[in-house]
Amino acid sequence: MKSLDEFVVLFAEQLDETDPSSVTAQTKFRELDEWSSLLALSLISMIDEEFDVALKGDDVKNSETIEDVYNIVVSKI
Amino acid sequence: MTGASSGIGQGCALMAAQMGAKVIVCGRNEERLKETISQLPGEGHSTFVGELTDQSIIEKLVAETPSLDGVVFSAGISMTAPFTFSTREKFDKVFDVNFFSPIEILRLLVKKKKLVNGASVVFISSVGGNFGFSVGNGIYGASKAALNSMSRLCSLELAPKKIRVNSVCPGMVVTPLVEGFSENITQEAIQKDMDFYPLKRYGKPEDIAGGVVYLLSDAASWVTGQAICIDGGITAY
Repeated sequence: MKSLDEFVVLFAEQLDETDPSSVTAQTKFRELDEWSSLLALSLISMIDEEFDVALKGDDVKNSETIEDVYNIVVSKI
Repeated sequence: MTGASSGIGQGCALMAAQMGAKVIVCGRNEERLKETISQLPGEGHSTFVGELTDQSIIEKLVAETPSLDGVVFSAGISMTAPFTFSTREKFDKVFDVNFFSPIEILRLLVKKKKLVNGASVVFISSVGGNFGFSVGNGIYGASKAALNSMSRLCSLELAPKKIRVNSVCPGMVVTPLVEGFSENITQEAIQKDMDFYPLKRYGKPEDIAGGVVYLLSDAASWVTGQAICIDGGITAY
């Protein structure tokens, strides 16, 4: 099971324009300038690949911070 | 009629039976196929239960099939994955069902002379892949583009046998398959997408079945090699 810190790194790898060092567990990811539906799909695919968990679009939409997403992933393992 | 236990395939089976066809409904789930049959008017319908990606099952299906006036390939699966997550494993899974299975069934049906002169073949394809592109749908779209390509090729090679081959390319139709797509996006995004359709709604299985029954019928006797979009106008933009 990957830690929250590792999850934040995996999350940051999906981003193109945001400085990875500025991304933390408390980052409100949907407020990022580059946030898009494609990034939401990439996040869902990354979680499927790394955690074998199928997240729904609404799980992403109802999360505010990266930690919120991580907690949903953990609850579904 | 493959994929006849739900969605577009079920809608096609129903409309074809209403027009007097004797339908062989194929699918994986016996219970749901029987439910489909029970809704069909007329007599003489039958079921074939089996995993149509399995070569031995395909051979069994073709061996058991009587002469056919028409075939509709509607079995399909969806997949959402951005390009960087589009692994060979995911491509194989989708292509096995959406492309290799229908093409192999058709190949054997023709080879074993199970299609009568004047028969009509219809592939249920998609606007995705040839006519419309949306992010995250590369694998699904590519499988349907491949299907459209082979459909057109087959229309030429089977024309000497007077077999017509066409594909129908639906926009978003409310079916269990599309629920697979929409799990990855929000209800809000679905509403926005629906509003983008000129006719302001997603399709229903019967919207597609109307086109399929037309292509199966003699009304379409001079139509072959076409990919017909039935899509609420989405590709008109």
